[in-house]
Amino acid sequence: MAVLNVNGKAVEYTAEPDTPLLWVLREQLGLTGTKYGCGIAQCGSCTVHIDGAPVRSCSIPVNAVGTQKVVTIEAIADNGVLNKIQKAWVALDVPQCGYCQSGMVMAATALLAAKPNPTDADIDEAMTNICRCGTYQQVRAAIHAAAKA
Amino acid sequence: MTIQTSLGRRGFLVSGAAVAGGFSLGFHLPFDESVAHAQAVKELNAWVVVHPDDKVVIRIARSEMGQGTLTGLCQLVAEELECDWNKVTWEYPTPGENLKRNRVWKNFSTGGSRGIRESQQYVREGGAIAREMLIAAAAKQWNVPAAECSAANSTITHKASGKTVTYGAVAAAAAGLEPPKEVKLKDPKDWKVAGKPLPRLDTVDKVTGKQIYGMDHTMPGMLVATVRACPVITGKLKSFDASKAEKMPGVKKIFAIDGDAVVVVADTYWRAKTALDAVTTEWNIGDLGKVSTETISEMLKEGLTAKEAFVGNKAGDAQKAIEGAAKKVEATYSFPYQHHVTMEPMNATALYTPDKCEVWCGTQNGEAALAAASEAAGLPIAKCEVYKLMLGGGFGRRGRSDYVRQAVLAAKEMPGTPIKLIWSREEDMTHCQYHPTTMAKMTAGLDAQGNLVGLHIRISGQSILASLLPQNLVNGMDPATFQGLMQSGVEATYGYDIPNLMVDHAMRNPHITAGFWRGVNVNQNAVYMECFMDELAAAAGQDPLAYRLKYLKPKWAAVLKAACDKAGYGKPLPEGRFHGISQVMGYGSYVAGVAEVSVSPDGQLKIHKITAATNPGHVVNPAQIERQVAGSFVYGLSAALYGEITVKDGAVEQTNFDSYNVMRIDEMPDVETVLVPTHDFWGGVGEPTIAVAAPAVLNAIAKATGKRVRNLPLANNDLKKGA
Repeated sequence: MAVLNVNGKAVEYTAEPDTPLLWVLREQLGLTGTKYGCGIAQCGSCTVHIDGAPVRSCSIPVNAVGTQKVVTIEAIADNGVLNKIQKAWVALDVPQCGYCQSGMVMAATALLAAKPNPTDADIDEAMTNICRCGTYQQVRAAIHAAAKA
Repeated sequence: MTIQTSLGRRGFLVSGAAVAGGFSLGFHLPFDESVAHAQAVKELNAWVVVHPDDKVVIRIARSEMGQGTLTGLCQLVAEELECDWNKVTWEYPTPGENLKRNRVWKNFSTGGSRGIRESQQYVREGGAIAREMLIAAAAKQWNVPAAECSAANSTITHKASGKTVTYGAVAAAAAGLEPPKEVKLKDPKDWKVAGKPLPRLDTVDKVTGKQIYGMDHTMPGMLVATVRACPVITGKLKSFDASKAEKMPGVKKIFAIDGDAVVVVADTYWRAKTALDAVTTEWNIGDLGKVSTETISEMLKEGLTAKEAFVGNKAGDAQKAIEGAAKKVEATYSFPYQHHVTMEPMNATALYTPDKCEVWCGTQNGEAALAAASEAAGLPIAKCEVYKLMLGGGFGRRGRSDYVRQAVLAAKEMPGTPIKLIWSREEDMTHCQYHPTTMAKMTAGLDAQGNLVGLHIRISGQSILASLLPQNLVNGMDPATFQGLMQSGVEATYGYDIPNLMVDHAMRNPHITAGFWRGVNVNQNAVYMECFMDELAAAAGQDPLAYRLKYLKPKWAAVLKAACDKAGYGKPLPEGRFHGISQVMGYGSYVAGVAEVSVSPDGQLKIHKITAATNPGHVVNPAQIERQVAGSFVYGLSAALYGEITVKDGAVEQTNFDSYNVMRIDEMPDVETVLVPTHDFWGGVGEPTIAVAAPAVLNAIAKATGKRVRNLPLANNDLKKGA
């Protein structure tokens, strides 16, 4: 049994130390909001926050996380109320299939925490997540809307 | 009654037959109040259930995969039902229930942009019939003629007496009434719910992580499997060595399925994957090992001038007209294999016992998945069931049930244990039914004034039907090959009126499986036709828009003009920017695009703006159409810029996003959608626009650089000045 700090709680898990954090979250802790898309840190569907920074959880072994604080899509609402990014996402009806959107919301949340008023260039740089439905235009609009909220 | 429902975001909710199956296996099914009601509440008809608390449950047979069909279909039902939109929720009927009920929900297949255009009539009737039954129940209760009552916003009113009652209060009585034989549907100009830019019904759970996709499905006692099929499609498994893998942690069983794949079952995906990596395999691939992109290309090139070809469209005598023309223009185009790359890799969960087989998965065709499960299980369809889950993208890929078959075969190895079979991204990338590869030789004759007097389009390449549905070939011909170039019909008709025309197809089928890929054959046919039209305009010394308008039929011309007007086509653009145009009719709709691009001297392409016009006939949700149009440019331009599957030693070379690139947000142009509905037909919107993306951009690039790109993807072409 090993321990992780996930969503503000110490949680136990059983997995080989080189297991990617993604699969511990999904299969050991039941946090399936974090998605598997590529396994090679390309698509961003598995984005979580580690000590506040956006990290692709498919490519970090669980034993490298240590005592750092992991936050997943399930815990970014403010006490059960959608946060301003999630609200903007709903207001602009961003998702289509939605599979990439957990990662998009996590990346956008980290971006706004670092840069409360991001430019289009900031968005281009930070939002490297792949969306195959093509929600990029709505994603950009929602980030700007959340920044103003 | 077997129904799975969206109400149950906390768990997988079923009732009736499925519950019996579930309980017998000791599953905990987290019922909530609404479902307890659902068991007690009788439906008004297959489409509509109204609960005592006025909640309306609309049943949708088509699959939601991001395209918004479920919201649009609910709008159509709600419009006729005259219910309060805020009380609407939805659920999927199961394919098994559909069969038991004599296919009351009709077609489950979700492809070809058919969701709304092919179900609109019967779902609207379902709503209207339910409304009439609710009105009749209220009238009976009040002892007044039903004709004196009206319904709006989930309330029935008898004007003369001032009596009102809500739907929920009379729903139980209404459910016992005989449905009316005929109902009159509303004129779309009177719509209040349909036709409006309403938000989707499935958004909130997608921003909180609660939405359950096939990949997220879980069951007590479930094990996880992963698979490695022969890297050469259609190749076979010769042998495998699992001696190392079977000793690895968590591994439960390792076996072969279908003679072409090895499966590892473990307690978690990562352990299954790690063990599969340790399995060594030997394959029988025969001469397929000699096949490469180059050999396939040679095979297609031969077809460009082959004597025999299937004729798809013909007018006058193209050959004679071209021979006698003042000027002959020729060009050869090619289009590669492409992958759908859904964000969610293929997966399905199956539970097999000797007398029952159940599958949980995202699928674009629930009934096909059910048939596949039945075949793989070796059980009659009546003993099988498929529970549809949300799709993390479909794009045509999840219309095929190969992954369902594999999951069932794996589950069959471990009866009584639910098995979730997950494909790695690498397995997914290398085992697809790919967008077919074709080439086209375009030959045209122009008269002395540059008028197009004859055109021959010779397509050479792969047939999707030959690959997936050979029984649908017509005397050996694949009619779908001619999508967008067809003589007539409501699907994908050629827009140009050219006196002498020949469109024919030399079918050449490599072993790589071809399949339906969002937009299908309209995509490459639009590249061939719309780029060549620009080449002809240039040969005639005329403007591409003016040149097209000489030959385009009115509905095709109108949508192209609408896009050009909005884009300011013909007006001065900022320094270094150029417009390219294209149009097509596909999936029942007329679409056109104008791309504004620049190319730097070192060859860097920038797509600044896209203006896209769509005439889908009737508009059910304009906000969702805008999103589909913008998304279609991402899909179509990703393919145009980067999309290429190559073959080496018989196998697909690309394995993941690092070798199969797609567009990200930094390349996303500003897309402006112009809706120009003529309100006289029902067209689809999920696919047609994809086809105009590539040709509009390629035509703009030709203007910017003087270079005519005739082979895709663009990444293989150097746009640098002087290159």
